[in-house]
Amino acid sequence: MNKPKLSVAERREENWGWIMVAPTIIGLCILNLWPFVQTIYASFCEHLGFGHYQFIGIQNYIDMFGNREFWKATWNTVWFCILTVPVGIILALFIAIMLNAKVKFKGGFRTIFFLPLVCAPAAVAMVWRWIFNGEYGILNQLLGANIQWITNSKTAVLAIAIVSVWSSVGYDAVLLLAGLQNIPKTLYEANSIDGAGKVRQFFTITLPMVSPTLFSVLIMRLMASLKVYDLIYMMADETNPALTDMQSLMYLFYRSSFVAGDRGYGSAIVVWTVFVILLVTLIQFWGQKKWVTYDI
Amino acid sequence: MKDSLHRSYMMTKFVTYFFLILGSIIMIFPFLWMIFTSFKTVPESMQIPATILPAQIMWDNFRDAMDSLPFDRLYLNTALMVFFRVICAIFFSSMAGYAFAKLKFRFKNLLFGIVLVQMSLPSQIFIIPQYQMVAKMGMANTIFALVFPGLVSAFGVFFLRQTYLSIPDEVGEAAYLDGCNQWVTFYKIMFPLTGTSVAALTIFTAVFAYGDLMWPLVVNSDLKMMTLSSGLSTLKGQFTTNFPVLMSGSLLAMLPMVVLYLIFQRQFVEGIAGTGGK
Repeated sequence: MNKPKLSVAERREENWGWIMVAPTIIGLCILNLWPFVQTIYASFCEHLGFGHYQFIGIQNYIDMFGNREFWKATWNTVWFCILTVPVGIILALFIAIMLNAKVKFKGGFRTIFFLPLVCAPAAVAMVWRWIFNGEYGILNQLLGANIQWITNSKTAVLAIAIVSVWSSVGYDAVLLLAGLQNIPKTLYEANSIDGAGKVRQFFTITLPMVSPTLFSVLIMRLMASLKVYDLIYMMADETNPALTDMQSLMYLFYRSSFVAGDRGYGSAIVVWTVFVILLVTLIQFWGQKKWVTYDI
Repeated sequence: MKDSLHRSYMMTKFVTYFFLILGSIIMIFPFLWMIFTSFKTVPESMQIPATILPAQIMWDNFRDAMDSLPFDRLYLNTALMVFFRVICAIFFSSMAGYAFAKLKFRFKNLLFGIVLVQMSLPSQIFIIPQYQMVAKMGMANTIFALVFPGLVSAFGVFFLRQTYLSIPDEVGEAAYLDGCNQWVTFYKIMFPLTGTSVAALTIFTAVFAYGDLMWPLVVNSDLKMMTLSSGLSTLKGQFTTNFPVLMSGSLLAMLPMVVLYLIFQRQFVEGIAGTGGK
């Protein structure tokens, strides 16, 4: 050891550091790091039952990539993101801008928009099942329509996307509101002397200044949407004729691993999902250079 | 000129309130509809055109929901799961967050890397092995099983590290020079300064543990050991078209958190937004 010797105080500090991070690090290794390795290994195995696995190479991946249901689930997940993320974020920005204006009952509005977040998704989904019900649902009565929202393969993902936007828009709005409130008022004052209109102000000041917050909301929303599971679990039943047209990757993962019990195949699906999430996130981080402004 | 300015100002105001109120109605309507339906009889719930308010207040649906789900156990299980997850998150994450922010020790960055890796991976990738561990220990269908993935919180460590980083080093150094060791400095001086963040982490952990569905479904299949979320999900198979009972059950399942939320509105909104926005 030709390292400089630590002083007594430094050694003490080092010991305390290790002691204090030990529970967390040990916990993370047992609960997350090791399971992560196991899941990747299991994706190359066949599950023989009772937690015993046999290595079978890339067979699970060959099965998976040759499976129509799997590709449909991947597409459903992507389609779900396309339906929820842009609309959700634009609506949230719209709400945040209105809440940022001088309005009365600001706190009250904020409380109302935020409410779905504290409700268990299971309960939220149950109510929407009732609203979307094809025979007696209130939505069809309000629209004067006769749409089998949840059991029709064309509308099932849309129905879940509506519930998802409804549940998360308040949360995103509160995050964006915090971003808006950080914009110095003087910027607007200087600009309004120039005689710039509200719309131009929005594009020249508000949007660039709030873009870092917008970006973090976008990443968060994308990750959450790619992992969608609970709403689908609650709104689709095994008997739903549109099941394969609405199931997401995580729902397919759940069904394969815990309903069908094929944990090797299930592991391959979850590894693929993580790969998709990483890919989408990387694309976003690469794309942010074009539109996110970190200083003006 | 002044007049037209005033008019456009009033117009903006009107449009703002219009959309805020419209939005609020859309947000609240599903909850009202759930409450109204939960008091209706089944034939009344299926009436077309639908009645808005129930013809009479029917408590029978709540009784039916409570007969088919052991709600007392679900409340207890959920409360215990949330309680232990919150305690673990606060205790272990505070210690680790402090150490990562304020102490010098070897391999610090490498160890913090483990925290970051866990944070950026979706929890589903750990679920199968975690379930197998619980099953191997013979702990399926216990409270411990419900708490298990929440024993440590990478997010909590990351979040509280930020908080400790924002406290000036001098605060700890002064205590240290007064003869406190690192533990006492942390426990007596630094930890009490993080109250707001600890409250935010508590709310965040509680809300997400409460709503989590996949893990409780996987690990506790005995109805008596389920949480409110997973228990409620079994109701949809029992009462496929009896929506008044389904709505009563949903109402009972979401009530505790909604009541807490209405009492601590500001803490909830700022706590959850503050943890996610960073």
